[in-house]
Amino acid sequence: MLKLDKISKTYRVGTFGGKELHAVNDVSFEIKAGEVVSLIGESGSGKSTIGKMILRLISITSGTISLNGVDISTIKEGATKEYYRKVQGVFQDPFSSYNPIFKADRLFRIIHDEFYPEVKDQDWNEKVENVMKAVGLNPEHVLNKYPHQLSGGQLQRFLIARTLLLDIQFLVADEIISMLDASTRIDVLNLLADLKKSRGLSILFITHDLSLAHYISERAMILYRGNVAEIGSIEKIFNTPLHPYTQMLMASVPRLDKKWDQEISVELNATPSEFSKGCAYFDRCPLAFEKCHEKPPSIEVEIDHSVACWKALENNYVRQIKPVLEIKGGH
Amino acid sequence: MGLQVENLTVYYQTLRGDVHALESTTFSIANGEIMGLAGESGCGKTTLGHGLISMTPPMKYVAGRVLLDNEELPIWDNARMNDFRFKKISIIPQYAMNAMNPIRKIGRMTEELLRSKKVDYQAILPELKRRLDLVKLPHEVLKMYPIELSGGMKQRMVMVLSMLMDPSLLIADEITSALDVASQKAVAEMLVEFRNLGCCKSAIVITHDISILYQIADSILIMYAGQLAEKAATRTIIDAPRHPYTKMLISSLPKVGAKHVDKRLAGIPGKPPLLLNPPVGCRFRDRCPVAFDKCLEVPPFLEVKKDHYVACWKEGEKNA
Repeated sequence: MLKLDKISKTYRVGTFGGKELHAVNDVSFEIKAGEVVSLIGESGSGKSTIGKMILRLISITSGTISLNGVDISTIKEGATKEYYRKVQGVFQDPFSSYNPIFKADRLFRIIHDEFYPEVKDQDWNEKVENVMKAVGLNPEHVLNKYPHQLSGGQLQRFLIARTLLLDIQFLVADEIISMLDASTRIDVLNLLADLKKSRGLSILFITHDLSLAHYISERAMILYRGNVAEIGSIEKIFNTPLHPYTQMLMASVPRLDKKWDQEISVELNATPSEFSKGCAYFDRCPLAFEKCHEKPPSIEVEIDHSVACWKALENNYVRQIKPVLEIKGGH
Repeated sequence: MGLQVENLTVYYQTLRGDVHALESTTFSIANGEIMGLAGESGCGKTTLGHGLISMTPPMKYVAGRVLLDNEELPIWDNARMNDFRFKKISIIPQYAMNAMNPIRKIGRMTEELLRSKKVDYQAILPELKRRLDLVKLPHEVLKMYPIELSGGMKQRMVMVLSMLMDPSLLIADEITSALDVASQKAVAEMLVEFRNLGCCKSAIVITHDISILYQIADSILIMYAGQLAEKAATRTIIDAPRHPYTKMLISSLPKVGAKHVDKRLAGIPGKPPLLLNPPVGCRFRDRCPVAFDKCLEVPPFLEVKKDHYVACWKEGEKNA
């Protein structure tokens, strides 16, 4: 359905723009209808940049993004409205997504005036009420209020309700629950999963939290400094993380069933290799060797599980790490 | 003898009346204990943290007393607290890492900070450098501007600064929440190490992320809407919580490996009450699945087992 083909985003940095920063480097993946794909990475990994490129908020340096076979960069300025009927985004901070001097439900009115001016008010109100119920809000309690009178979870559900009015096919969910409390977090997450089931909605779930990603998605992509480190079925990535970066991330996730492994140390002080030609993780990687000065290709090691790491590609290394993971209680 | 808080009550003054943000809280922290303080936003955890060290308007001291190492803290008198702040009791406020002076090099900023507390920078420099080594920061950071440091580096620098005087109590407010998982782990583990080395005797770690507390805290105190709900050893809170709120909170957290299709987790229906005119009795009553008539009275925060305190009539009944 949505296909990213070798997309890159390069920023010119330095005093006279003489240097290049590859925020996203040669990333390809596909999201099918009704699928949830997680984009996982630290800050600066380019995960939000990919989301913004899909939403046409920033331009693509090279490569193509296509929705149902149509290249989205060819959409003319005047025709973008049709695109946004199908593709929408919800972002991290629900409080700054609203204009505080207007009532929160003004955003439904905007959708009506912009996209469905022909619909009668009465029919529209009915439609609004339906989507409010779909996101688990009681319209009587939340309509006609200002943003500060609503909680973060309610505001975030408003924004999701807004996208539903448009009958979208694809949702970019960029860290949408990281600002919410633990008790409301799970409600918003369940809502996304329900929408996927009932409407066949495809979701790009951008997060840095692996347990949330695992809870909701089928497939995942681990990004490191704009490069895909590992991609494939989330089960496989969880059970056998092959890239040293993925392994480090997995070991750092605070869990409720297991204390942190003191042996896997977190390498913190490496200077980023934004301008280097080889593997992006080279400076922080405990296993880096001579070959890593060359950029590793992404190779499929098993069905629906690819990794871009020279070490992991050496067969004996893959065999080596498996018993280690079992001892450490990996699933 | 660590920290003892007795009957501490703090309100916020507003034009529409007092916001009852912290209501008669009584608890203690032993020497060497790292206590996690968790709850939803607006439950009063930050109010409690700030109330112990810097009571500034609109915060209003209403009642209660605080003893640190058997010495009473004059928390109602902001000027007198100056003798204690930074030296005996120290805080890392939320977003502290972004509050460093952007136009001062970090070393110079530290020097100014110490001078304001009448501490000689040169005398403390060797110790400062030793602590930088501990948190794996190069000594060059002292000659750098905050903008040159990453978020994780800034947070580690703030940790070093706040514990430079070996305070008896450190209050760490959301020190891991704005960081990546790898930096989170590093910062949290360093806090434990600092405690082990005696750079602070005990600590209160305020966060909404209970899984972080499970990793580093010795005990966890759960708050709800300005009242204490439960305090117990970390393991007990996670594995055998007694308060209905704690139970629902713990079960709503996604475990690593849990999947929506296998096991759907449930949130807590409803939302916390407004504290301007808080409901009488137990404030969790409206959302509580086991609430009954007696919950119209405020439940006492009772020790149901050794070091396990719960404020719930239902649980108290079972124990009687």
